Amino acid sequence: MDKANLISVKRFCTLHQVPVTFIHELHDYELIEVISTNNNTYLKTTQLYHVEKMIRLHYDLEINFQGIDAIHNLLKQIEVLQDEVQTLKNKLHRFED
Amino acid sequence: MAFIDYYKVLGISKNATEKDIKNAYRKLARKYHPDLNPNDKDAEKRFKEINEANEVLGNPENRKKYDDYGEHWKHADDIENAKQQQQYTQQNAYSDFDSRTQGDFSDFFESMFGGRASGTSGRQVKFRGQDYNAELQLQLKDVFTTHKRTLTVNNKNIRITIPAGIENGQVIKIKGHGGKGINGGPNGDLYIRFTIINNTRFKRDGDNLHATVDLDLYKAILGGDITINTFDGKAKLKIKPETQNGTTVKLKGKGFPKYKKEGVFGNLYVTYNIVTPKNLTDKEKALFKELEKIRHHG
Repeated sequence: MDKANLISVKRFCTLHQVPVTFIHELHDYELIEVISTNNNTYLKTTQLYHVEKMIRLHYDLEINFQGIDAIHNLLKQIEVLQDEVQTLKNKLHRFED
Repeated sequence: MAFIDYYKVLGISKNATEKDIKNAYRKLARKYHPDLNPNDKDAEKRFKEINEANEVLGNPENRKKYDDYGEHWKHADDIENAKQQQQYTQQNAYSDFDSRTQGDFSDFFESMFGGRASGTSGRQVKFRGQDYNAELQLQLKDVFTTHKRTLTVNNKNIRITIPAGIENGQVIKIKGHGGKGINGGPNGDLYIRFTIINNTRFKRDGDNLHATVDLDLYKAILGGDITINTFDGKAKLKIKPETQNGTTVKLKGKGFPKYKKEGVFGNLYVTYNIVTPKNLTDKEKALFKELEKIRHHG
């Protein structure tokens, strides 16, 4: 398996000073994908941004896993809506000109 | 900069308890946290204000200074010192100061921050200039050697020596290069925070470096010599027969320079990543099968 785009959970947790159980909990809530091989677990580097955000939500704002799950879904909806608003604004500008 | 009422920012009264401050901060942080308000610059600005307010009011010592000195709370210690100095001067001064010995505190502020007009020069207190903070981004390779660099701070060029081995986040003080002193007081200092960007394949841990090196299967099994890149050159390594994947070896003195210790270096830790061959020929496969047979059945 190509490990170039993976980071071991253990290493990630050491760098961010969070317990490994935190990542496993996120995985249990199906908030992130964890890859297991040869007794090691890895995170895809593409999802680090989201995992780091979840760390901040949990440790800075004391939001539990259910809350993170709800926020995660709502933020996705906001993102879709913001894109939609932007598209509509662009269309509107064409009519204004 | 405009005065910010931190109590107002957190929406609490001046006699709020520590618990009230903590609760107000948490509530507002949840509301304005940038992760919860993507692409919202106003929320980001508000969050910064809330954090700043919490840093001041959430710390009893800072809160007391803020309560006593308002917008000048950061200079509380200097003001106290100056106040003592002023009282000493007044006690020993001539008669025109007598009527002001018991003057209220705003008078004191005026004399210190330049609000008072002429006729008060005898009371003027020397005041240290403001400290400046600057950030300097450097590449990791830049801080491998001691070098000089010219910075422009407030339109003034300053040439500084950056010692090899400086750490990411480290702050150095350049004395006297801050704001100008008031009434002939000393200038403030310039604090430079270094941000070290590492685009190399080496991971830095203090003055030690870590690197992963690919090792072909045959060399790992049979042993031999390899040449690897160190941070500033090359090094020859002896590979022991039957080297296991993930084995780490130490190269003494091949790491990063120790800060302000010329000629002293940390170590380089090399971890082997054993690469198995791909696209095997039929002959190779047959030989590997033969090896497998020997290993399992003798």
